[in-house]
Amino acid sequence: MPHPPGEKYLPMYNLQQQYIEQFLHDAVAACDLIDMRWQSELTGIECHANGVSLGVSSPDGDYRCNADYVLAADGARSPVRSMLGLRLKGENYEGRYVIADIRMDHDFPTERRAFFEPSGNPGGTVLIHRQPDDIWRVDYQLKEGESEEDALREEDIRARVSAILADIGHTKPWELEWWSIYSANTLCLDDYRHGRVFFVGDAAHIVPIFGVRGLNNGLADAHNIGWKLGLVLKGEAEDRLLGSYSPERRGATLDVFANATKSTRFMTPPTRGWRLAREAALSLSLKHEFPRSLANPRQMQPYTYAGSPLSPYPHRDADFAAGPISGSASPNAKLDDGTYLLDLAGDGMTAILFCDGPANTEQATLLGQLHQCDKRLVTLLIRRQGSSSGAGIADRNGEIASIFGAQPGALYLLRPDLHVAGRWKAIVPDEILRTANICLGRPSS
Amino acid sequence: MSPMPFEDLESAYETLATAIDSAGPEQEAMFLTRLALLLSNELGDIAVFRSAIQAALEGLE
Repeated sequence: MPHPPGEKYLPMYNLQQQYIEQFLHDAVAACDLIDMRWQSELTGIECHANGVSLGVSSPDGDYRCNADYVLAADGARSPVRSMLGLRLKGENYEGRYVIADIRMDHDFPTERRAFFEPSGNPGGTVLIHRQPDDIWRVDYQLKEGESEEDALREEDIRARVSAILADIGHTKPWELEWWSIYSANTLCLDDYRHGRVFFVGDAAHIVPIFGVRGLNNGLADAHNIGWKLGLVLKGEAEDRLLGSYSPERRGATLDVFANATKSTRFMTPPTRGWRLAREAALSLSLKHEFPRSLANPRQMQPYTYAGSPLSPYPHRDADFAAGPISGSASPNAKLDDGTYLLDLAGDGMTAILFCDGPANTEQATLLGQLHQCDKRLVTLLIRRQGSSSGAGIADRNGEIASIFGAQPGALYLLRPDLHVAGRWKAIVPDEILRTANICLGRPSS
Repeated sequence: MSPMPFEDLESAYETLATAIDSAGPEQEAMFLTRLALLLSNELGDIAVFRSAIQAALEGLE
């Protein structure tokens, strides 16, 4: 996987769900703003103009709970979704897979391998990848017409997994840890917001599993609604900011669907035409390089919020030959002292100004106005190599300017989630202030 | 000739898969043969066409 040298984090970390749940729980337990209530079931929900009223049933009795906002992250079978009479819409794809986690000692490389019609699973696809703690996930496609009940019998799973392992030359013992079944679906709500209720994760969208998209998209949803709702609850942003959640995250879902549909058609060809095309591509891949990328499962990438209401000046992107476009996740850059540029960003907006020396009067005035608009604003001055010394970050080898495609005078405005709200080759104060106001849900004249 | 960008290759793959389905199982060999003849004419280079034919024959099961 590509890994630009300026990036702080590797392009992929493989954390099993139980670890993620553990880390999330640890963070929640350490936060006194969050009250965790186990063994509590939602029994009713009423939406009002000024709040939401919830009925909760618990071993200590039933009670009502009033909330300003509700984030429904209650999973694929979301009770909140049903209680509000909302439905997921979309498509189901052909092809069911059994997923089995097994424990074995094997020196297969740490990458995902796909086997198309291997002798261990005739007529179907097999995926194998390594997870932490000697756990390996094996996915195998069921044949058309195979009954789910038979396929999920433990002895059947053991036999199928044994055949697959024999295929890859594993003869040592292994243990079966866990198994389940899935089929590819692309289903989502028309709107992820219902008044003061926001749907997050599987409650809002069911995505095909190929390409680690399920939990990752749920976390990206939470990240998106998190900063917006945080600012609104603190009174630093107006409620209208929350209106950008659904267009941004539903846009991300539709992009996932488009990519996942392509992977799914390769992993599980739906018709004779797709089967023949895949066989041709795979058999040519043995000798030719060009068709190999067709088998790429298209791992999830950070989604670019192109067309977002929070990026009102995307036409300014045309003034740049390189660098991240409006709406995209900001790239990072390694600094001389071993830290990273985005470590310096704050929890509000961040303005990155590229310059030859100190900010000029017009730039300084704008930065002052931006700071009045957002008291959390952090300004980062990037000084061009060879410029006179002074405040800011020295871009000694021009690497930061090159990552952002920026000449002196350019300004990037980042949102609190470090996506690019907008960028200007030379500052246009009205546009930049308006963008900052929109990112805080304020009226922008 | 420069290699096709990946997006175009992917688009070619999808168009071909869909067209094979449109032709139907009875006519798919005829469709693919016509397609190959049309492409040879577009290509206008018999040496490149012969080498593509050879590459396509290799590795057939």
